[in-house]
Amino acid sequence: MLQQLEGSRAVAETVARCRPEVVCAYPISPQTHIIEALGAMVKDGRLAPCEFINVESEYAAMSVSIGASAAGARTYTATASQGLLFMIEAVYNAAGLGLPVVMTLANRAIGAPINIWNDHSDAMAVRDAGWIQLFAETNQEAADLHVQAFRLAEALSVPVMVCMDGFILTHAVEAVDLIDQAVVDSFLPPYEPRQVLDPDDPVSIGAMVGPEAFEEVRYLAHLRQLDALELIPSVAEEFAALTGRASGGLLHPYRLEDAETVIVAMGSVLGTIKDAVDARREAGERVGVLGVAAFRPFPIAAVADALHGARRVIVVEKAFSLGMGGVLATDVATASPASGPDLATVVAGLGGRPITRRDVEGVLERSARGTLPRLSFLNLDEDVVARERARMAASRRSGPFAENVLRDVATGGARR
Amino acid sequence: MTETRVHFYQVGSFAVGNRLLSDADRTVQASPERTNSLDAGHRACQGCGEALGARYALDAAMRATGGRLVAVNATGCLEVFSTPFPETSWRIAWLHSLFGNAPAVATGVAAAMRAKGRDDVRVVGQAGDGGTVDIGFGTLSGLFERNDDVLFICYDNEGYMNTGVQRSAATPPTARTATSEALGADPGNVFGQGKDLPRLAMAHDIPYVATATVADLHDLERKVERAMTFRGARYLHVLVPCPLGWGAASADTVRLARLAAESGFFPVFEAEHGVVTGVRRIRRRVGVEEYLRPQRRFAHLFAGEGRPDLVARLQALADANIQRYGLAPEEE
Repeated sequence: MLQQLEGSRAVAETVARCRPEVVCAYPISPQTHIIEALGAMVKDGRLAPCEFINVESEYAAMSVSIGASAAGARTYTATASQGLLFMIEAVYNAAGLGLPVVMTLANRAIGAPINIWNDHSDAMAVRDAGWIQLFAETNQEAADLHVQAFRLAEALSVPVMVCMDGFILTHAVEAVDLIDQAVVDSFLPPYEPRQVLDPDDPVSIGAMVGPEAFEEVRYLAHLRQLDALELIPSVAEEFAALTGRASGGLLHPYRLEDAETVIVAMGSVLGTIKDAVDARREAGERVGVLGVAAFRPFPIAAVADALHGARRVIVVEKAFSLGMGGVLATDVATASPASGPDLATVVAGLGGRPITRRDVEGVLERSARGTLPRLSFLNLDEDVVARERARMAASRRSGPFAENVLRDVATGGARR
Repeated sequence: MTETRVHFYQVGSFAVGNRLLSDADRTVQASPERTNSLDAGHRACQGCGEALGARYALDAAMRATGGRLVAVNATGCLEVFSTPFPETSWRIAWLHSLFGNAPAVATGVAAAMRAKGRDDVRVVGQAGDGGTVDIGFGTLSGLFERNDDVLFICYDNEGYMNTGVQRSAATPPTARTATSEALGADPGNVFGQGKDLPRLAMAHDIPYVATATVADLHDLERKVERAMTFRGARYLHVLVPCPLGWGAASADTVRLARLAAESGFFPVFEAEHGVVTGVRRIRRRVGVEEYLRPQRRFAHLFAGEGRPDLVARLQALADANIQRYGLAPEEE
């Protein structure tokens, strides 16, 4: 039954139906509504037996999750941005120990400068941590992905991060069909750990591993990620058979048949991009979209297959590696054959800057004209940048540059 | 297996062997029923106070819980020397995650056990002083504040011994470490810094806080057992001399622990719900010099003309402890 729900509420209700045994939480925008809702559900007894631990930091949130998961409990937490960075040591540790924690990442920019709005910098910062990273396009998919996440995590003994765009999804109210408890129960068997802290069968977990075995242990973790490449699509298919919804999987191709130009992107911006592509298709252009739903493991073969035949590939991404360029684009380039398409990266939507349909159509036009650079920043105000560069050249004590830029923008040096 | 009769002798310290005690008063270690939680074959240095303390503490906890125990360990000497895989010295369920998060991991284990209806299983978190007073303090304070059902044990050897003897917030003033060298006008660690974790723990009003040393293992065992009678957050701070880091003879570990307590330099007490309920009074008072001299980390206090001024300041710290906790011997 479709209901008008806030994204965070839809996720919380779905996580609740996954019967978590330990939920731990430290508040950070825009993740707060999810853990508030789950906290209330534990408090009123609806989730019993479930423990809700309101910890003192994200580092503790992931560490409590590690302990709970190692003791055999189905464990959930959520974070964003700075919170993810604060817990990063434990994020790597959970994956290294092979603990199937599920975490929602309400994608948000990383400071400085402090910024609470959406981009993908946080997720990219932990792409090498050994977590499966799934990106939701809609609130429906965000909710559904959590059921699949527990299934994947527990099957593979790998933690799973469900990435959903902060505010754009977490705080948006739209129609969502919440999954029935009975469907979840049939889809998600009770958690059967491979390793567990049990006084009746004591094991030591977390010993030092030296050069004699470290590479093999790490390679085994890599193999589990490769296993996930097989399991993610089959779990999504099984989910679709039960619900009729095409949530999850590795990729979301859209109008790729005969497409000469393909935009690759992740998350909620795919909806805007699809609208732009529909418009260009009506104008007779052969354009399509490839949504990446599984960023880690990265589906190299599937991406290569999907981009086969494309002459131009444009990666629109909400993050970048300073001094280098696109992050997703680098992975897409790896998947593209050497004699493959022209690849352009458009960094867009940083810190919550809107990406409109007109913006995307403009990108497609520049690409068609051959004027889209290999790396560009959407709607970058060159004047503001030039002004600050000039100030820095003129004076050693030019001051804090973020504040200078803000002042320029406010006083009419601004764009538009 | 042949049996060897072990003889115990009085050691001139008021300590007596189990032989002279009734069965009920004998240590857990005296019983063949003990768990050997931290079993033989580990790689600790000869005379390691931490290995001694951990063995006694965990076996006592195992007896107190009827073997329903999980241990969570911070990174550090105890973690490294106990698990040289393919061997492990742990005969109990044991998890090591990171350096600074052992309290939070322990909270997670306890939460999972509660959710699974297995709260008969109790949880011990353990770390050295670095993992407790420095990098782990945030998560430990969180554990205390939430009153999570965990006994956290700090094995305090007053420095980062696993990484090569660096200063921690538990290093005493004047002690030489690799980051507080015995150089300059104020050689060794400075006065006026450092954290008193037992008092900080008490400030959280948790059910039970106690200190102990490896010189009085009956007392250590008793405090572990006492701690296990409470639900909620409990903290045990055990002084464990480190022959390597302190520059002391391996044979002197227990003697130094005793001198630390008998000089008042390390106060031994227990507290319930933030109030001191018992102290281990000094039995034969010694000056701090007797405690400091056998340790090379304090050698600069006694070389040449020495630094009687600094020794006097250390004595003042010990005197303040004696005053604060009422540690003076009965006859004084």
